[in-house]
Amino acid sequence: MAAISLTINGQLQRLDVDPRTPLLWVLRDQVGLKGTKFGCGISQCGACTVHIDGKPARSCSYPVQAAADKQITTIEGIGTEEKLHPVQRAWIEEQVPQCGYCQSGQIMTAVALLKDKPAPTDEDIDLAMRGNLCRCGTYQRVRKAIHSAAANSKGDGITQGK
Amino acid sequence: MALHKENNPEGGTLESQPLDRQALPRQPLDRQPLDRRHFMKAMGLTGVGLVLGFSAQAGGRGTSVVNVGQEGTAVLSFELHPFVVIDNAGGITIINHRPDMGQATWQAVPMMVAEELEVSLDQIQIRQSDGLRKYGAQLSGGSSTVRTGWTRLRQAGAAAREMFTQAAADRWKVSKADCYAQEGKIFHKPTGKSFTYGELVEDAARLEVPKDLPLKAKKDFKLLGKALPRPEVPAKVTGRAEFGMDVEVPGMLYASIERSPMIHGKVLSFDDANAKKVPGVKQVLKAERPLPYKTCESVAVLADNYWAATQGRKALKIEWNNANYATDLTTDRYFAQLREAAKVPDAPAYSQAGDVKAALGTAAKKLEAQYETPFLAHAPMEPEVAVAHVKDDGTCEIWAPVQGPDGAIEQVAKYLGIAPEKVKVNVPFLGGAFGRKAYLDFVLEAVYLSKQAKVPVKVIWTREDDIQQGPFRPGMLSAMRGGVDAQGTITAFEHTLIGESIMGQVYGAFPAGKPDPWAGEGISHEESPYAFANAKVGFKRVTTDIPIVWWRSVYPSNSSFGHESFVDELAHAAGKDPLDARLELLKDAPRFQNVLKTLAEKASWYQPLPEGMGKGVAIAKSFGSVCAHAVFVKKDGVGVKIDRVVTVLDCGMYVNPDNVRAQTEGNIAMGISAAIKPAITFAGGKAQQSNFHQYQILRIDEMPKVEIHLVENEEAPGGVGEPGLPPVAPALCNAIFSATGTRIRKLPFDLKKLS
Repeated sequence: MAAISLTINGQLQRLDVDPRTPLLWVLRDQVGLKGTKFGCGISQCGACTVHIDGKPARSCSYPVQAAADKQITTIEGIGTEEKLHPVQRAWIEEQVPQCGYCQSGQIMTAVALLKDKPAPTDEDIDLAMRGNLCRCGTYQRVRKAIHSAAANSKGDGITQGK
Repeated sequence: MALHKENNPEGGTLESQPLDRQALPRQPLDRQPLDRRHFMKAMGLTGVGLVLGFSAQAGGRGTSVVNVGQEGTAVLSFELHPFVVIDNAGGITIINHRPDMGQATWQAVPMMVAEELEVSLDQIQIRQSDGLRKYGAQLSGGSSTVRTGWTRLRQAGAAAREMFTQAAADRWKVSKADCYAQEGKIFHKPTGKSFTYGELVEDAARLEVPKDLPLKAKKDFKLLGKALPRPEVPAKVTGRAEFGMDVEVPGMLYASIERSPMIHGKVLSFDDANAKKVPGVKQVLKAERPLPYKTCESVAVLADNYWAATQGRKALKIEWNNANYATDLTTDRYFAQLREAAKVPDAPAYSQAGDVKAALGTAAKKLEAQYETPFLAHAPMEPEVAVAHVKDDGTCEIWAPVQGPDGAIEQVAKYLGIAPEKVKVNVPFLGGAFGRKAYLDFVLEAVYLSKQAKVPVKVIWTREDDIQQGPFRPGMLSAMRGGVDAQGTITAFEHTLIGESIMGQVYGAFPAGKPDPWAGEGISHEESPYAFANAKVGFKRVTTDIPIVWWRSVYPSNSSFGHESFVDELAHAAGKDPLDARLELLKDAPRFQNVLKTLAEKASWYQPLPEGMGKGVAIAKSFGSVCAHAVFVKKDGVGVKIDRVVTVLDCGMYVNPDNVRAQTEGNIAMGISAAIKPAITFAGGKAQQSNFHQYQILRIDEMPKVEIHLVENEEAPGGVGEPGLPPVAPALCNAIFSATGTRIRKLPFDLKKLS
């Protein structure tokens, strides 16, 4: 066990954990942020996607010690129902989720994509999102929601992330 | 005190209520959550919930419970009907009795009740049923929620509304005919005065529940048939929706379980010395995985965090007795048996017409083909997970993403040898299920471990467990024969579906000398009303020890591939357009005719395609709805690309058209996965796939554009969650034949390398 400091959604947290524990389980079971999901454990499905220093990362395969002193953002840090991120708003408009389990990861990847490419093409979307699996098959709506988030947030700060 | 949060899309943490299992509604946001201590103090109670005046009658009406808002202020909640609970402070709660696994029962069930109750969706709170009998069958499966609830749930809403109307009329001493309901209030038409439901509920609860009330016609619907936003979606995009994976109970241990890689192997011995050295590991136990028909053995590692449990599990050394499974448990052997069985045409029939043998004897063209579909894993994005607490007082509480809370109560009670009343089941949202979470082995594993460890236990399956341990969709073979006469009429058609029976394996109840009672779905004459003069559709069972269960759309997910591909083969042999040939054969089936004609129009079926493109059509009725797809493909090197899918679905009247489309998009994605993505294969007794790197599912860049059209009519509602899937694979393969001349008879295949 080791003392590790993490900055999660802007808040500093001091934790006593096995440093090899994947960030996913620390976030979920120690910090109590359950929005980030376990899907495969080997970086294949994207359900556990968070941002580390602004870049999407698979928290299921990211040892917590490697995240020390970095900025971690989870779905809970992106927006709330009272103050939705434009991507979340587009997700509601397009009624993207079915079961919803993979959607935190989908949204985290989409938010990062739009920071890089505020007006992505279908090809950009497919390339960025192909690591996020959805067994319910919401892909057509994911594409549509990303386009609509891009269109709705021209110049209103989507690239700032929050 | 349990800290489990209820499914509560609007937020607010609620403690689960030990004092009442019948009818405690969720607290509206503007009131304090119930605090049991304050409640007890305020009411001077020491025991269980207060029941005022009305006893719980058959059907549950009249039960009332006291609930506390602000300290000292009593809020009375009344269960006017098992599905409608209203409190005197204005809270309206509608029960969803079918767990939501993404198919949107969380909205569909309340919408059916609310339509007749005359409340809008933003006035209500929704609560998941807990398996008690008063709600009726609670299994999400067989695309049955709207079909079975359509009349019953609207009657529930109408009954409650009529009780409020009567209560208001009585209080005003006016004629009931002068009163009407709107937006949760009863109005007196001549004077415009009104009461809210909350103001009337104590009186209304004393009235008899009216029965068989007239229900609104489709043209008068305010909610049903409208594309209203689903209430749980905001919680699902902010990470706040609570899934089975997210449940936490104080004092619980996490378990990771090592099962035999050959599923049925027995534990000869195990060494847990290294496992116990992992920090956080508390116990290592020999454990069991109860399948419905047998119990498998395992070793479980219990730890105070999940990661430690998985690390401890990796450090176990287990010696297994795998008997003959290394040679017996192989898919090659199973499929060889299916092919052998196909040689003998002695299958009991679902439907029969004329004389197939004689017609084949005189046919100008005789066709014979075998179609194979593989074993598949469900692979819901949320792996199997369950929390169980077997308590000192002889009761058991479960928190798990199960498709049927009533079945869970029954199975857990039977497993523990206790009365069903001693089992409480809490169902959070399901992170996908597709049939897998109606099979409760993972719940019973948690029950076993909690009983042994005497603490709450959360069992979490790894993705490897999910993909390798099953149960799976069975692999099946369709043996097809058909004939075309000299005039180009298709005169004979025979489909023998061969493979393991879910009823036979899971329930040990295969009816001797008969076809499997479930496997005729979608292919028997009743659901595939092609007017062949000579036809036979039958089933033949071949057993396997590979565990199987229903998988989205069940048998039609296998059988439609052979059925509809072979109709295509016969159409080509007859020199006919495949859609025209179907129209001809379905001349006495008007809904099928309409679906195909609409599809021809929407997909511009008769418009010539550019060079290198192909189109395919397939149609199937399953779970009460008729669905047809037209798939368009484009040649791409030695393979093809799927260009687009156009769909027409006739599901009768529907609740939410946007959700019907969403479900159909999902069926198309899952149907394409089943056709072109790797199967589950067993060799040497073990599944050869373990995680998404090998058991791949469709990704976004492989999702074609889809366009879905719904038929408008006033037919009774059909299923929505499954009927879109069966025609996907045959429509795709028919399109590939049209583009390339290659006829695909075995799934899965590689879209990029067509031989």
